[in-house]
Amino acid sequence: MTHMKISMAQALNQALRDAMQADDSVVMFGEDVGALGGVFRITDGLTAEFGENRCFDTPLAEAGIVGVAVGMAMNGMRPVVEMQFDAFGYPAFEQVVSHVAKMRNRTRGRVALPMVIRIPYGGGIGGVEHHSDSSESYYAHTPGLTVVTPATVADAYGLLRKAIEFPDPVVFMEPKKLYWAKEEVDLTEEQPGIGTAVVRREGADATLIAYGPAVPVALEAAEVAAAEGRQLTVVDLRSVVPFDDETVCAAVRRTGRAVVVAEATGFASVSSEIVARVTEKCFHSLAAPVRRVTAFDIPFPPPKLEKYQLPSVDRILDAVDDLQWEDS
Amino acid sequence: MTTVEERLLPSAEPVCLIDQNGVPRDHSSYRLPTKAALLDGYAQLVRGRRFNDQASALVRQGRLAVYPSSFGQEACQVAASMVLREGDWLFPTYRDSVSIVSRGVDPIETLTLLRGDWHSGYDPYEHKVAPQSTPLATQLPHAVGVAHAARLKGEDTVVMALVGDGGTSEGDFHEALNFAAVFHAPVVFFVQNNEYAISVPLAKQSAAPSLAHKGIGYGVPGERADGNDLAGLLAVLGQAVEKARAGEGPQLIEAHTYRVQAHTNADDATRYREDDEVTPWLDRDPIQRLTTYLEHEGWLSSEVKENAEAQAVQVSAQLREGLMPEPEVDPADLFAYLYAEQTQQTREQAAFLRDELAREEA
Ligand SMILES: Cc1ncc(C[n+]2csc(CCOP(=O)(O)OP(=O)(O)O)c2C)c(N)n1
Ligand SMILES: [Mg+2]
Repeated sequence: MTHMKISMAQALNQALRDAMQADDSVVMFGEDVGALGGVFRITDGLTAEFGENRCFDTPLAEAGIVGVAVGMAMNGMRPVVEMQFDAFGYPAFEQVVSHVAKMRNRTRGRVALPMVIRIPYGGGIGGVEHHSDSSESYYAHTPGLTVVTPATVADAYGLLRKAIEFPDPVVFMEPKKLYWAKEEVDLTEEQPGIGTAVVRREGADATLIAYGPAVPVALEAAEVAAAEGRQLTVVDLRSVVPFDDETVCAAVRRTGRAVVVAEATGFASVSSEIVARVTEKCFHSLAAPVRRVTAFDIPFPPPKLEKYQLPSVDRILDAVDDLQWEDS
Repeated sequence: MTTVEERLLPSAEPVCLIDQNGVPRDHSSYRLPTKAALLDGYAQLVRGRRFNDQASALVRQGRLAVYPSSFGQEACQVAASMVLREGDWLFPTYRDSVSIVSRGVDPIETLTLLRGDWHSGYDPYEHKVAPQSTPLATQLPHAVGVAHAARLKGEDTVVMALVGDGGTSEGDFHEALNFAAVFHAPVVFFVQNNEYAISVPLAKQSAAPSLAHKGIGYGVPGERADGNDLAGLLAVLGQAVEKARAGEGPQLIEAHTYRVQAHTNADDATRYREDDEVTPWLDRDPIQRLTTYLEHEGWLSSEVKENAEAQAVQVSAQLREGLMPEPEVDPADLFAYLYAEQTQQTREQAAFLRDELAREEA
C-alpha cells in the first residue's frame, strides 16, 4: 500500500502516527486533539491507537501548552503540539520567542528542545477573523526557530517526520487551505530534508519563488504563462528557515528574472527577506528588479472580502509581465 | 463577622430560585425577581431562542459563515444584559449574539462578524457593547480597563465581561481577575460554563471545585448559579452588579449550563459525547421551566404569550429578510479603517486594487 491517493490532512496524520510508532518519546497534545482528532482531524485516531498518555487534550491555554512542551522536551520527550489556528498561537508567543527559540543558545548547547509546534495557517477557507493569519514571518524573524511549510502531500508527510526527528524546535506551518488537496503519493519515498528548496517546475524565462499555500497558485500561473509562451521556473521553499540560498539563487541566475509569491502581508516579511537575499546575491544576473506578489498590508479580511487579499494567478502574471522584458 | 472564606467562596450549590420543574425555591441570600422582570425575561427568552433557531437555519442555507449557537444558554444570555443599566458595558464573545441583541443592538449588525461581511457590525459606543471577541479571554483585561477608567473618571459604570468555561484556562482570565481585584474595578466576570470547550469537557479543563472558586485566590468573591434558571441568574447577576456599582470591587459569577448543540455548525459533537448525556439537559430547558412557573402563578396571560411570540416572529423575519440578500461589500473598506490616516503604502495598495478592479470590469 505504498502508493495511495490521500489528502494533506491524512498525510500529516500518518506522519504523526508513524513517528509515534517509531519513537515512544513522541507525544502529541493541544486543544481538541484527543477524542475529536483536532478541528482539522490531523490527530484523528491517535488517542485511540496510542492511548491518553501519548495524544491528549490540554486545558485551553496556548502559553501553557508550549511552556509545558518545553519542559517535556527538557526531560527527554519529543513533544508535538498543535496551535488550533494561526492567530490562536499568539498567546504562546512569549514562550516561543523567549524560551523555545533561545534555550539551546542560553545554555551553551546543553539543553536542546526537540519539539514541534504545528500551526494551521493562511486564508482561503472563508474563516472569520483570527482564523486566516499568515504568521510565519513572526517565527522566521526569531533566531533559533526552524520554520518549515509543506505545499504538497508528500512533503506534508516527509517534512513532518523530519521535523519530529529534528534536534531543534521546529515551527511547522500547515497551509490549511491545502488540507483537503489530494495527491497520489508514495510515503516511503524519501523527501529532501529541512533546509532544502525544491524546483517544482523548470522554465527558462523567469522564476517564481513561493512557499506553502502560494505554491499551487504559482504553479497554476506558470501553467497559464506557458500557454502564453513564457516558461517559468517555480521554486518551492519548503523550509523558510534555514533558507536554501543555493537552490533559489541558482534558479534566479538561470532565468535572470524573479517574482516572489506569498500569501502573507509583504511589509517586513519572509517575502521581503527573499527579495533582499536574491538581490544581494544575484544582482549581476538580474535583468529586472525582483517583484513580489503578496497580500496587502492590512489585517486579513472577512470572508466576503478575502478574495481580494489572496495572491492570484492574474496578479502573478501581471508581475511577471512587469519584469522589463522590452529591455532584453 | 464573616470570614474571608465566607465572603469569597461561592455557595455550596449553584443558586436556583426556580427549579427544573418550574417550582420556586427559597434561598437565604437571593429573592425571586419581580413579576415584571420575569415577564420581560420570558419574552426575551422566547425571542432569543427564535434568534438561535433562525440563525442556525440561515447558516445551513449559506447565509452565515458560521454560527456558534447559545441554544439552551438563553437564560444566561438574556440575564447578562437585563441586569445592566444604560451606561454599563457588555464584553461579549462569539457565542453571545443573543445577549448583544438583548442589549438593544440591531440583529443584523450583531451578525456581521458571523455573516462575514466585516469583523464587527455595530457601533460599540451606541449600546456600550464591545466587539465580539474570538481570541478567548482576551476581552477580559479590556473590560477591566473600561471599568478602571470609569472609576478614575468618577462614573458609576459597571462592566459585564463574558467568558466560557474553556476561556477560564487562559492566562488573560487570571490577569484580568487580579487586575480587577487590585484596582477594585467594577467588573462582573460572568462565566457561562456549558461544560464544553469544543470537544474538551470541563473535567479536563479544570480541577477546581467550581469555576467560581477561582475568585478567592485573587480576592474576588465568587458565586454560582443554575445557568438555566433565569430567576436565579437575574438575582445573582443583579446583586453582583449592585455590589460592583456600590464600590465593592469585581465579582465572579459562574453559571452552570450546557451546550446542547455542537460547538458550531462546523462541529460534529457525536465524535466526543453520547446523546444520553445531552437528553437530561433538554428537560432543564430555561424557557420550559420559566413557562411552567409563570403559568402556575397565573401570570402567563394569552396577551403576554402573544406579545412574546410576536417579538420572536419579528426577529426571525428580520434575520431572514436582512440576511437573505448577499451583503454589499466595498473592497475600498479594506484600507479605510486601518489607521486614522492612511499611510503612503496603504494608499498605493488601495489604488492598485482600485485599478485592478476597474480593469476587470472593463
Ligand atoms: C486563544 C484562543 N485559542 C483557541 C481558540 C479556538 N477556540 C474557539 S472556541 C474554543 C472553545 C471555547 O470554549 P469555552 O471558553 O468554553 O466557550 P464556548 O465555546 O463553550 O462558549 C476554542 C478552543 C480561540 N478562539 N482562541
Ligand atoms: Mg464552554
